[in-house]
Amino acid sequence: MTDVSTTQPKPSSQMRDIWNQFRTHKGALFGLVTLGILIAAVLIGPYLWIPEKLSVAEAIKLKNQGPSLRFPLGTDQLGRDMLARMLLAGRVSLAVGLVAMVIAIVFGTFIGILAGYFRRLDSPLMRLTDMFLALPLIPLLLVMVMLFRDRIAGVIGPELGAFTLIVFAIGITSWMATARIVRGEVLTLKEREYVLAARSIGAKPNRIILRHILPNVVSPVMVAATLGVAEAIITESVLSFLGLGFPPDFPTWGRLLFDGLQYMQVYPERVVWPGLAISLTVLSVNYIGDGLRDALDPRIRGR
Amino acid sequence: MKLRAALLGAVAVAGLAPAAFAERGTDGEVKLTFPQAVSIMNPYLSGGTKDILAAAMVLEPLAVTDPDGVLVPRLAVEIPTVENGGVSPDLTSITWKLLPDLKWSDGTPVTADDAVFTWQYCTHPEGGCSQATKYEGVASVEAVDPSTIKVTFTAPKPNPYTAFVSGLSPILQKAQFANCLGAAAPTCTDANNMPIGTGPFKVTGFTVNDTVTMEANPNYRDPAKPAFAKAIIKGGGDAESSARAVMETGEFDYAWNTQIPPDSQAAMSAAGKGQFVVAFGTLVERLEMNTTDPDPALPEGERSTAKHPHPILSDIRVRTALSKAIDRSILVEVGYGAGGKPTCNVIPGPAEWASDNDGCIAQDMEGAKALLDEAGWKDSDGDGIRDKDGKKLKLLYQTTVNPIRQDFQALIKDWWTELGVEVELKAIDPGVFFGGDPGSPDTFQKFYADVEMYANNSETPDPESYLGQYQCKNAPTPETQWQGENINRFCDPAYDALYAELTKTTELAKRQEIARKLNDMVTKDSMIVVPLVHRGTLSAHSNSLGGVRINAWDMETWNVADWFRVK
Amino acid sequence: MLTFTLRRLMLAIPTLLVISLVIFLLVDLAPGSPLSDIPLTVPPDVRQKMIEAMGADQPVFVRYFLWLRQFFWVEPAYLFDSWFGTTWSEGELRILSWQSRSPVFTIIGQRLPQTLTVIGTAYLVGVLIAVPIGIYSAYRQYSWFDQAGTMFAMIGFSVPTFFSGTLLIIIFAVWLGWFPTKYDTQLVVNDWESFLKQVRQMAMPVMTLGLANAAAISRYMRSSMLDNMGMDYVRTARAKGLSERTVVLKHVLRNSLIPVVTVIALGIPAIFGGAIVTENLFGVNGIGAALIGAIQGNDIPMVQTIAFIFAVLIVLFNLIADILYGLLDPRIRYD
Repeated sequence: MTDVSTTQPKPSSQMRDIWNQFRTHKGALFGLVTLGILIAAVLIGPYLWIPEKLSVAEAIKLKNQGPSLRFPLGTDQLGRDMLARMLLAGRVSLAVGLVAMVIAIVFGTFIGILAGYFRRLDSPLMRLTDMFLALPLIPLLLVMVMLFRDRIAGVIGPELGAFTLIVFAIGITSWMATARIVRGEVLTLKEREYVLAARSIGAKPNRIILRHILPNVVSPVMVAATLGVAEAIITESVLSFLGLGFPPDFPTWGRLLFDGLQYMQVYPERVVWPGLAISLTVLSVNYIGDGLRDALDPRIRGR
Repeated sequence: MKLRAALLGAVAVAGLAPAAFAERGTDGEVKLTFPQAVSIMNPYLSGGTKDILAAAMVLEPLAVTDPDGVLVPRLAVEIPTVENGGVSPDLTSITWKLLPDLKWSDGTPVTADDAVFTWQYCTHPEGGCSQATKYEGVASVEAVDPSTIKVTFTAPKPNPYTAFVSGLSPILQKAQFANCLGAAAPTCTDANNMPIGTGPFKVTGFTVNDTVTMEANPNYRDPAKPAFAKAIIKGGGDAESSARAVMETGEFDYAWNTQIPPDSQAAMSAAGKGQFVVAFGTLVERLEMNTTDPDPALPEGERSTAKHPHPILSDIRVRTALSKAIDRSILVEVGYGAGGKPTCNVIPGPAEWASDNDGCIAQDMEGAKALLDEAGWKDSDGDGIRDKDGKKLKLLYQTTVNPIRQDFQALIKDWWTELGVEVELKAIDPGVFFGGDPGSPDTFQKFYADVEMYANNSETPDPESYLGQYQCKNAPTPETQWQGENINRFCDPAYDALYAELTKTTELAKRQEIARKLNDMVTKDSMIVVPLVHRGTLSAHSNSLGGVRINAWDMETWNVADWFRVK
Repeated sequence: MLTFTLRRLMLAIPTLLVISLVIFLLVDLAPGSPLSDIPLTVPPDVRQKMIEAMGADQPVFVRYFLWLRQFFWVEPAYLFDSWFGTTWSEGELRILSWQSRSPVFTIIGQRLPQTLTVIGTAYLVGVLIAVPIGIYSAYRQYSWFDQAGTMFAMIGFSVPTFFSGTLLIIIFAVWLGWFPTKYDTQLVVNDWESFLKQVRQMAMPVMTLGLANAAAISRYMRSSMLDNMGMDYVRTARAKGLSERTVVLKHVLRNSLIPVVTVIALGIPAIFGGAIVTENLFGVNGIGAALIGAIQGNDIPMVQTIAFIFAVLIVLFNLIADILYGLLDPRIRYD
């Protein structure tokens, strides 16, 4: 089996190769464009779509409206404009979903590779993973809030503090599956002929890991990443029920979905919008992951 | 104690007549569902309403309060009064007479010894009895003869109907619980889960936090009742799913505590399978104002204590303005529908006890703004937020995680923002908020916020102990491990003095007058407590279940013996 | 492999002890109180008495050692007694839940059947759907089947169970009236009719969970198959003239199973842990519902016991996964 990356000395041209391959992947481009649109919408949208200023009494009269020109996505049970809330919610949900996923994936992959590659680290790291898997999630989160919320908020302000804490909390509780999967893969990879060959010519472990192992664990990691985004967006809404999340008037997709649930029979669109947004995000991350995996696979890249 | 009904909503009284012709066990099975499952059937070891509701189908007290607030005898022949000689003229003892030929569901006779034992059981120092307040001030309980129970008090008791009255303090069978006194109480799993009672049903199966199965008690005193041969209580899920199981799918006959948004209530009623019923007790959703400074910059142990008065809320004009800015009818419309009404009182009922204070009902935004101006809070830098001496008018407003409360928070924040107040919202897990853990910064007692919102009620129609909460000495402090009921740290010697008078007053009319005055002192006179909504308990029953009379003064299952299948 | 297994089992004991201590400290540190459900009308002094009666005011290490003793000595002794009629556990306090005052193992016993039938079936259904979908999707990458499978999987895991479950209830229970919304734990299956009833009440929770499980597993299966499809040994096998069936199902599948085995081994303890949201939604009242109720009520004995059993299962199944790795790929060596 050949590893193209070792025969191509310049990393820049390798990057270009990957990009060229990535571009030919229709799904991946669709994913990239969709995610780009979503991100742009939530970043710029709140400046373009400014909801009317209504007093409480006026707003209440307009509650639970269906989509119209005035309210493109309708209004909620307090007469708030759903489009404005969806855009605002998307900022948090996308940021939390993507950042928490990256933290979990990077940390999980790191632990998994160390445990799989270095036999001495395997046992302690995997027992640590077992422990994290066994810890009941809710008490863990409650303890984290109790210990850190005020302290973090004191240093970087309440909103950024809440974001940091949420992202950290989700990251720290969702890396274990990735770590176990990566470790399992590394265990078989490191006995493969090309790794043995690299080792026999005296390659350093960090080089073997970066050049030979890492590219080959990309595909399970990509699946974990796709799952991770969806999970992080949903987990964020769970966290707000523990008082860990953002202030209660701060919308997120997960929370809008949950709030809409009790109105599902009467006003189904209330759950459709956030549900659609989450699904689109996950779908686009998945396709990007697919494209990335194909692009990183030298056997496909040459074709 | 003559109490008039504070009862609204459709109460199915119609169709009581056919029940009289029914025979025991001819109507099959009645199915109840609770959003929280039943954990234990012994009310003395549980405080959760869910458990006591279930226990009330099996265990009975001497007397219960009916939906009109009138005391009616259960195991007793009649209600003892001073007039009929049952209560001693100096109010230091009460003597109950048991019904003749009463039998436990196992066929053995009920005697006064069982009542004596029940008292010993709950007052045992190691038992951790959750209904201990029912036996407070009781010096002794004696069995004068097998059917006569005499309760003696340590001091004259204006309201002697506490011990053995209401579903909260039913009579236990001595034979079953004899080995369960004190520290042994929790070890009697079988007795706690399947108590032998005198009620219309007896327990045949119990799975913890899941299902209670019951069948008609063969020894029930009325041979024609209950109409149902079997009863089942299934627990778990949420208010939504319980309501749906009665109102839409028709799987269950009765769902307790189905508090769902008004829109969903209407939609579910439209399915035509059942109806919602509501009863108003004393439950009031309120804003509590912190009179002490919760500033995080203060050293731990001084934060939210009487040492530092609140920099903003100490001024009654600010508190009044905050109350005036709220339109309570919108809150009711959004959150409760038929299950709530606007109120300005901590004690909204029974009518004789409730103050006529309704000055807060109409929203007065201009008046509120004027009050803040007068208090010196003006928007000097034009950013929309009022300030005074360089300090912004900014409040932290916390409550528990609950969709209705979050809607209330959003609405009240809007009104206060219009007023020129900056509001930061916070929602806390209810287990933490009400948990009282002194290590957590988020308990309602610690009150590390400026305003907080929750609901509280008086356990009995007579609000004496409820009003006692606002005494100065009951303020939570670091010295009391942050335990205490006066969470506003309200401290008014005049209130304490008047309350002391209430505890000594025996004449009913006078008691009611004092209670109304105390209510006004914490609400309209000081605006320490800002009541918002008088909440009812909303339950649902299927159209085929007859005889339901929802009760806010006792357990909702109080008349389950009279329930029947509409044919 | 035997020495490896034995060594790991020996190592599991101190690991589990450490885990049990960490869980205990964590749950103890978490804010909340076993009395948070008690109405506010119960005054503070009565609350204090109730706490004392539970033993919840004892120092944390006293309670931890009591729990250890109860778990490893009293409960086994009780079990032994109930089998052989001995009296070793007489006078000893079993692990009692603070919320319900019932023995924790009795509660677990009451809940295990529905957890295993509902959650276990859902998992099995999930795996049985996911593996073929994953294999075929990879074999025909970017075919319409693969695209449909991708959509199915995306919907499966981007839609949380609280949403899909409610949707199923509205469609199948409210509109169509086919299935009950509340699971009857007391149902005894002894004839055809009660069996049908059981199937009907299991249908919605199994669908909800099965969809979520199948979605994740099928993605791992597909991606792992894809990795192996292009390998040299596959080309060799084909060149040898082996049938496509043999190549895919024997050679590729076997080599692709390692991540899938990992995921399934992570998932099986979760069956015991239950599915909190789904159980609550359909009133299944399995172990997941018990755990969440206990956590909300700060019922430390209950949380600790369930979490510990869960930890044992995690350690055990991860060991099984490691052994399976060795069987699937003989090149992996642990010694």
